[in-house]
Amino acid sequence: MTTAPTAVDLGPLGLDGGGHLLVKLALADSGDDAIVSVQGTHPDLVPHLRAWCTVVGHEFLGPAIISSHVPSTSHNLLVRRGNSALGSWGGAQRAGVAAIGDVAAIAERAWGLALRGVWIEAGGPTPRFALDHKDTLWSDEAPRLYDRALAGQWDPATAIAWDAPREHAAAIEQAVVQVMTYLVENENAALVVPARFLGQIHPHFAEVQHLLAAQVADEARHAHVFARRASLATQPAALSSAGGRASLQTLLDEPDFAIASFLLSVLGEGTFLSLLGFVERHAPDECTRSIAHLVRADEARHVAFGVAHLERQCGLDPTLRPRLAAAIEQRHDALQSTAGLNQEVFDSLVLLAAGTIDHAAIARGWAAVQQLQRDMHEGRVGRLARLGFSTEQSHDLASLHTRNFM
Amino acid sequence: MNKPFVLGAVAYAPKVVTIWEGFRDWFAEHDFAFDYVLYSNYETQVESLLRGDIDVAWNSPLAWVRTRRMADASGRAASATVMRDTDQDLTSVVLVGVDAPHRAVTDLAGYRVGVGAIDSPQSRLIPLAHLTQSGLALDAFDVRRFDVMVGKHGDHVGGERDAVTALINGEVDAACVIGANLLAFAQEGLVAADSLRVLSETPPYDHCVFTIIDDAVDDEVRRRFDELLLSMSFDDPDVRVLLELEGLRAWRPGRTTGFAQLEAAVDLLGLYDRSGEVADPIYRP
Repeated sequence: MTTAPTAVDLGPLGLDGGGHLLVKLALADSGDDAIVSVQGTHPDLVPHLRAWCTVVGHEFLGPAIISSHVPSTSHNLLVRRGNSALGSWGGAQRAGVAAIGDVAAIAERAWGLALRGVWIEAGGPTPRFALDHKDTLWSDEAPRLYDRALAGQWDPATAIAWDAPREHAAAIEQAVVQVMTYLVENENAALVVPARFLGQIHPHFAEVQHLLAAQVADEARHAHVFARRASLATQPAALSSAGGRASLQTLLDEPDFAIASFLLSVLGEGTFLSLLGFVERHAPDECTRSIAHLVRADEARHVAFGVAHLERQCGLDPTLRPRLAAAIEQRHDALQSTAGLNQEVFDSLVLLAAGTIDHAAIARGWAAVQQLQRDMHEGRVGRLARLGFSTEQSHDLASLHTRNFM
Repeated sequence: MNKPFVLGAVAYAPKVVTIWEGFRDWFAEHDFAFDYVLYSNYETQVESLLRGDIDVAWNSPLAWVRTRRMADASGRAASATVMRDTDQDLTSVVLVGVDAPHRAVTDLAGYRVGVGAIDSPQSRLIPLAHLTQSGLALDAFDVRRFDVMVGKHGDHVGGERDAVTALINGEVDAACVIGANLLAFAQEGLVAADSLRVLSETPPYDHCVFTIIDDAVDDEVRRRFDELLLSMSFDDPDVRVLLELEGLRAWRPGRTTGFAQLEAAVDLLGLYDRSGEVADPIYRP
C-alpha cells in the first residue's frame, strides 16, 4: 500500500519568483527519499523545477498521473528528496546555548563569529580568540551594564553647554586647559587598552564584547569633548609630561586581561571618579562642569564592570589576588624613578579649586586637592576590599597606586 | 616517488586553481599521487590528452565529443569515467518576453535569437539544433551570438548573461540559456519574476565528464581514481568545500548516453568534422 505524497501548491508562483521556498519547506518536513507533489499554474513550472532540483540535489520525477479533479492548466509534478539535501545543515553542531545563564565555560574556536546557540556548519575557519574562557572575563552584570551604557549615551553637541559664559581669570582658564589636556591623554589610554583586548574576546561572550565596545566608544567621546573644551581657550597650550606618559605606558604594555582590567578600570578609572567629581565641583564654567558630570557617569560603569568580573574571577581563582597585588607592586617599582603626576596638573587642580588667585583661595584650593587625594585613596581601598583584599592589604596596595592617578 | 596521475582542466575562472589544489591535497591524503595541468582552452586540452601529456581530462561535453571523434579516427577508444550529479539530465530553454507574440518555435521565423558563445553546448549548439528539430530552419531566423571566452565551451556564464540582457533590452527576441541559469539570473535580479517565458525546452542532455583514452592509462590507476572520486561524501566538511566549488553533491559513474543531441548539433553547425578537426572557420579558440 502506498500513501499519497505530501503536496505543496505554488499557485501562480514560478521558481523565478520565489516558488522554490514553498517546495523547500515541504521537502524539509519530509524524510529522506520522500516524494513531494508540487502543484501550480505557472506555465514554466516544469523547466523551473527540473533545473532547481538538479542544482540543489533533489530528483525531478516529472508529472504525476493527472487525476480528473486537477484542472488541465495546473501542473502536478513529483520531486524525490535528495539524501544530501540537508546540505550545510548535515553534521552541523550548536554553538553553545543561547541563554545568557548558560554561556559556555570555554568557547570553541569553530563557533567563530556566529550568534550564540546557532547551528555551525562543519568545516570553515576556526579563528583564535585568546580570551575564550568564561572565567577570565565573564560577569553576570555585563548585560545590565550594557543596557545602561546604551541608555546612557549622550550627544556632545546637545548635552554640553559649549556656549556658556566663561568669565574667570586667564590663569584659571589656563588651569582648565592643562587639566583637559591631561584628561585627553588618559582617556586615550583608557580607549586603547580595552580596544586591544576587544579583538581577543570570543564573540560567544557577546555581552562582555559589546560592553567593552561601548566602553571604547565612551572613551573616544571623552577624549573628543576634553579636547574640544581645551580648544575653546585663546591660548590652548599645555604640557604632556614624561612621567605621566611613563605611567600610562605601563598600562599599554600589560598583556594580561585581568591585570590590565584591574590596573585600568578598578584602580585608574576608579581614581578618576574622584577626580572627575572634583572637576565638576570646582569647574569655573558650566561647559567644563557638564563635561565632567557626563564623563563621570560613563566611567562609573567601566569601574563597575571591572570590579564585577574581577570579583567573580577572584572567587574562582585563588591565585589571582596575589597576582593582582604583585602587579601593583611591580608597576610601582617600574614608576619609582619617574616624576609621577605632572606638576602642572597638580597646580592646575589647586587653581581650579581656588577659583581665583588670592591667598585665601589658593589655601582653600590646596586643601581641596589634599582632600581629593585622600578621597582617591579611600575609593581604591574600598574597591580593593570588594575584591577580597584584607583591610591592611587594601591600604598598603592603594598607597602604591601610581601618582599619575590613572 | 610514484609518477602522479595527471589531470587536465580548463582555467575558466581563478577558482579552478583552488579546486584542483584542493583535490590534489585530498588525493594525497588518500595515498594517490595526483597532479594537474591547466589549459586556456578545451581544444588544446583534448589534443594533449590524445598525445598522452595528461592522463585524464576534465572535459566539457563538447570536448568529450571531440575526444571521442579524434580517438575513433585514430582507431583508439575514449571513455567517460565519472561525472557530477549536476551534469546529468540538464535542459536548455528558449526564452521570450512574457508578452511576446510567439507561441511556438516556428513563430521565431524572421526574428532575432540570442545565443551564448560559438562553442557553448548549452547556450548555442544544443538549442539551435533543437530549434531546427522543432521545425525552424537555421536560415529562417537571425542568430545573434554573444561570444565570451571562446575556447572555454561556454563554461563562463557571461555569454548567457549577455544574451538574456539583450532580450530584456529588446535587442533580441529570444535567448537560449541552460535552465539553471534562468533561475540564477532571476535570483540575482537580472530577470524580474514572470518577465520572461519559456517558449521551448530541449530534451535532457548530459554535461561535463572525466575523459580518458583507454589504451593510455593503467587499469588499476584508473579504477583507483574513479573509486576515490565516487567515495567523496558531501557530508565530509573537508570534501564539501571542494564539491561546492565544483558545483556538485555527488560524483556519478560516467555515461555517454546524454551526448547524442550535442553530436547532432556539432554536425548540423559544422563545428568539428567527423574526425574531430575544427571545421568552422569562425571558431578561433
